[in-house]
Amino acid sequence: MACFIVPGTEAIVVTAAVAVLKAKENKAVKLSTGNNSESKLSSVTQKLTWLAGLLWGGVILLAFEHLWHGEVVPFPPFLTAMTDPAETAEMLHEMMTVGVTMAVLVTALWAIGVAVAHIITSRSTNETAEENA
Amino acid sequence: MTLLVSVFSAVIFTVLWYKNAPEGKMLYSVPCFLFWGASIMWFVDAIFEYIELGAEEYFSPAPEDMLNDLFLGLSVTALGLIIWLIVLFIKDPEGRVKAAITKKKKK
Repeated sequence: MACFIVPGTEAIVVTAAVAVLKAKENKAVKLSTGNNSESKLSSVTQKLTWLAGLLWGGVILLAFEHLWHGEVVPFPPFLTAMTDPAETAEMLHEMMTVGVTMAVLVTALWAIGVAVAHIITSRSTNETAEENA
Repeated sequence: MTLLVSVFSAVIFTVLWYKNAPEGKMLYSVPCFLFWGASIMWFVDAIFEYIELGAEEYFSPAPEDMLNDLFLGLSVTALGLIIWLIVLFIKDPEGRVKAAITKKKKK
């Protein structure tokens, strides 16, 4: 009904966090080098960008699916379930169950991906160090 | 069916991304994020539907519903591809769009 709103909210929060971190990093680079060009993203910001990408990707395509099924309309109240109190309660229940699980699973799989990326990076760093030694 | 179409799209684009990594000239990461994000979310939706309907009803959908879901899956894929194309043209990693426009202006 409107399950995509929960990961959508998380996507907004993550995107805002990425924007703040990017601004801070650019400011730090500007202060240290006097260079106005945008710095290369730090590891944390880049990994948060992956999470934002996954969340926005899912939210956009799921919003289209809801539009397809007539659960989302392009005019107020935007969610058809909002017109009937019984349906609104059902929608909120779905958001709390399906929506929260969606957000948690996307974040959990992203965390696993980040951990795997970290292991691969550390391995290649160790191999380079061993070759140089 | 929508989940299956989305998963196939995600796998195809992941293979394309892997083939072209680490170069990101075609921005394959964009459709990867779009289709994997949607696949994970539809997977959760499918689990809840399975719990609600039970195995028998879940795995034997009506042909009409399957056709509608396939049509939806293909439409979702088309939307994902259009989004990818827009991002590719806006970011223009190889400067081809910019080159094409400036070439026209020079003429």
